[in-house]
Amino acid sequence: MIGTVHYLALSAVLFSIGAVGAVVRRNVIIIFMSIELMLNAANLAFVAGSNSLGSMNGQSIVFFVMTVAAAEAAVGLAVILALFRNRQTVAADEIALLKW
Amino acid sequence: MHAAATEVTASLPIAVSYLRYIPLAPLVGVLFHVALGYRLGRRAVGLVACAAVAVSFALAAKAFLTVLGSAAGTVVTDNVYQWLSSGEFTANVTFSVDALSSVMIMVVTGVGFLIHLYSIGYMAHEEDYARFFAYLNLFTAAMLVLVLADNLPLMFVGWEGVGLCSYLLIGFWYTDPEKASAGKKAFLVNRIGDAGFVLGAFTIFWALVDLGQGSLTFATINARAAELPAWASLAGALLLFVGATGKSAQIPLYVWLPDAMAGPTPVSALIHAATMVTAGVYMVARLHGLFEAAPAALQVVGIVGAATALLAATIGIAQTDIKKVLAYSTVSQLGYMFLALGVGAYGAGIFHVMTHAFFKALLFLGAGSVIHGLHDEQDIRRMGGVAQKMPITHATFALGVLAIAGVPGLSGFFSKDEILASAYAGGHFGLWICGVLGASITAFYMTRLYVLTFRGKFRGDHHKWDHAHESPIQMTLPLMVLAALAVVGGYVGVPEVLGGNNAFAEYLAPSVGHHQLGLAAGTELMLMGISVAAALTGIGLAWVMYSKGPDADLILKNKLGGLYQQMREAYNIDAVYDALVVQPLMRASDALWHSVDVRVIDGVANGTAAAVNSAGEGWRRWSTGNVQHYMLTVLVGVAALILALTLSSLIGVAG
Repeated sequence: MIGTVHYLALSAVLFSIGAVGAVVRRNVIIIFMSIELMLNAANLAFVAGSNSLGSMNGQSIVFFVMTVAAAEAAVGLAVILALFRNRQTVAADEIALLKW
Repeated sequence: MHAAATEVTASLPIAVSYLRYIPLAPLVGVLFHVALGYRLGRRAVGLVACAAVAVSFALAAKAFLTVLGSAAGTVVTDNVYQWLSSGEFTANVTFSVDALSSVMIMVVTGVGFLIHLYSIGYMAHEEDYARFFAYLNLFTAAMLVLVLADNLPLMFVGWEGVGLCSYLLIGFWYTDPEKASAGKKAFLVNRIGDAGFVLGAFTIFWALVDLGQGSLTFATINARAAELPAWASLAGALLLFVGATGKSAQIPLYVWLPDAMAGPTPVSALIHAATMVTAGVYMVARLHGLFEAAPAALQVVGIVGAATALLAATIGIAQTDIKKVLAYSTVSQLGYMFLALGVGAYGAGIFHVMTHAFFKALLFLGAGSVIHGLHDEQDIRRMGGVAQKMPITHATFALGVLAIAGVPGLSGFFSKDEILASAYAGGHFGLWICGVLGASITAFYMTRLYVLTFRGKFRGDHHKWDHAHESPIQMTLPLMVLAALAVVGGYVGVPEVLGGNNAFAEYLAPSVGHHQLGLAAGTELMLMGISVAAALTGIGLAWVMYSKGPDADLILKNKLGGLYQQMREAYNIDAVYDALVVQPLMRASDALWHSVDVRVIDGVANGTAAAVNSAGEGWRRWSTGNVQHYMLTVLVGVAALILALTLSSLIGVAG
């Protein structure tokens, strides 16, 4: 029987993969995808919680997350595109612009 | 022995509201000079400056006549507003005119007006005309606040104001470093005295509060002085006297006054001869009740006065700068005034303040006229025969010399004689001897000054002689008026033994008490004879010696040897002060600079900066600019937080 705990465990695994990917990969697009993975891991946890508690709150928050993720994807991809145009690279460690 | 002063008559106040305009008028003048003076030109500045003082004079005369015409003990007061109120302490801006301050305001505004008039001529070629008259008007206003104040805090405002103006005017030609530093010296030396003044006022307030008195009006202090504990009246009186020695150039703080001659000559006449330097005398007379409650302090006043009178007179003999001679003479004459106060003859002291204001202002203005006419020559060894070129200056100056020397019939004779007679009558024989000696020396050096300047042949550069000229009317008119006052000024105080009724002392009695000489007529006449003989000896000796020219100094030099050189160098008091006070202070400051300032203060400041800097140096390694590092930091942080929460809840459950 697949219970709530299993969903939460899967969510944790997905989140960890995403987090590690976001931290260790150099390619900004991969980092971006990893962040999407983390967001969806969170979504999975919400849905599992919603189901287990019999409440709609978790599911409605998932919709918010999806909306925000869509907006983020639009902005983020635009930023990446602009970055590439300016610096001819998408390697995160080569774009250390915050350091003077 | 000591002739007791009779009770001061209870005061009868008359409330008016015009006294405030006496100091206000010159203050308006200051505003005018500052705001419009440079735009409207010299004529307007000179006119406004004189008019402002003339207004003060008219109002002062009105107050004076009111006091004179009313019953003895009348006080005209103008309560402007309550100035300070803190706990038990109150101070009002209240101006009051009694017999004592009426004399002072008449002298300040009267002589002040003449000197303003003179300055129009003397400073005619000066670029900073408006600035000069702004300072001069400001000084007059401050001096009037000083003498009109009815309490110590308000007097202190004027006291500081005149000190400031003195500094500004001594250093008027501030581009000359020597003159600028003379101004600073005057300011710093005065500051020592002012500290004494403030501490004295605090002491008195401290003791008065215990008596349930929260105000420092002179009437209160004088009335309650006898009830003060002995330490308070003694300490208060001595500390206030320290203030007086600073402002009135007495031992040990007189050293600034000779240097103050760096200022323009009208300034020397107004501030450093006629008015400001008498502030100390006025203050002691004003607080006579306090000083009488502390006889030891009064004794100190007398001894310091006599010593200053004698010491400064001996320095005066050997000076070669016309203004320096007059400066030491002023120090010496101020010594006489304190001598008078010290023996309880306040009226005589104030009498001498008045006559001295006349003849010393006259002498300074005369000296200024000579300096002006000879194109800035100040060395009397390079003068001589000036009488031919400057007849009015010569005649008036001669009268001034006779007056200060104490020749019978002129003002200085009456006032100085009253002081000496009071000293003798009070049993202060030593002070009397000092006074008579000083009088003789005064006569000697003033005659020397006169002969070397006006008699004989001109000894300087003949170009200066060819261009020498009598001064314009604005300058000679004040000379003539002051000469007249120097001659007749003494007749308000003719002693009874000479057929007068000493009206001046009578007039002042409600303010400062009546001082009875208690001498037999014969004794009094004998004392008079002695001081006249002393004066005439001095005059005669100097006349004979210096008619041959300034080389007569050599005779004195041979007679006195090393002492003469010391006199010429003013006993090197400046060097002594330098070694005893200035140098130790500098060394201490230097040591403190290197140890406390550099090590501790700078160490703390630099240490803080270094700590912040090295912390920043460490932290900046975290700021790589790589977003992934930041992300890792966040992750680790959140993980740590969750771990901590989990662990704590686990422990909580276990517990």
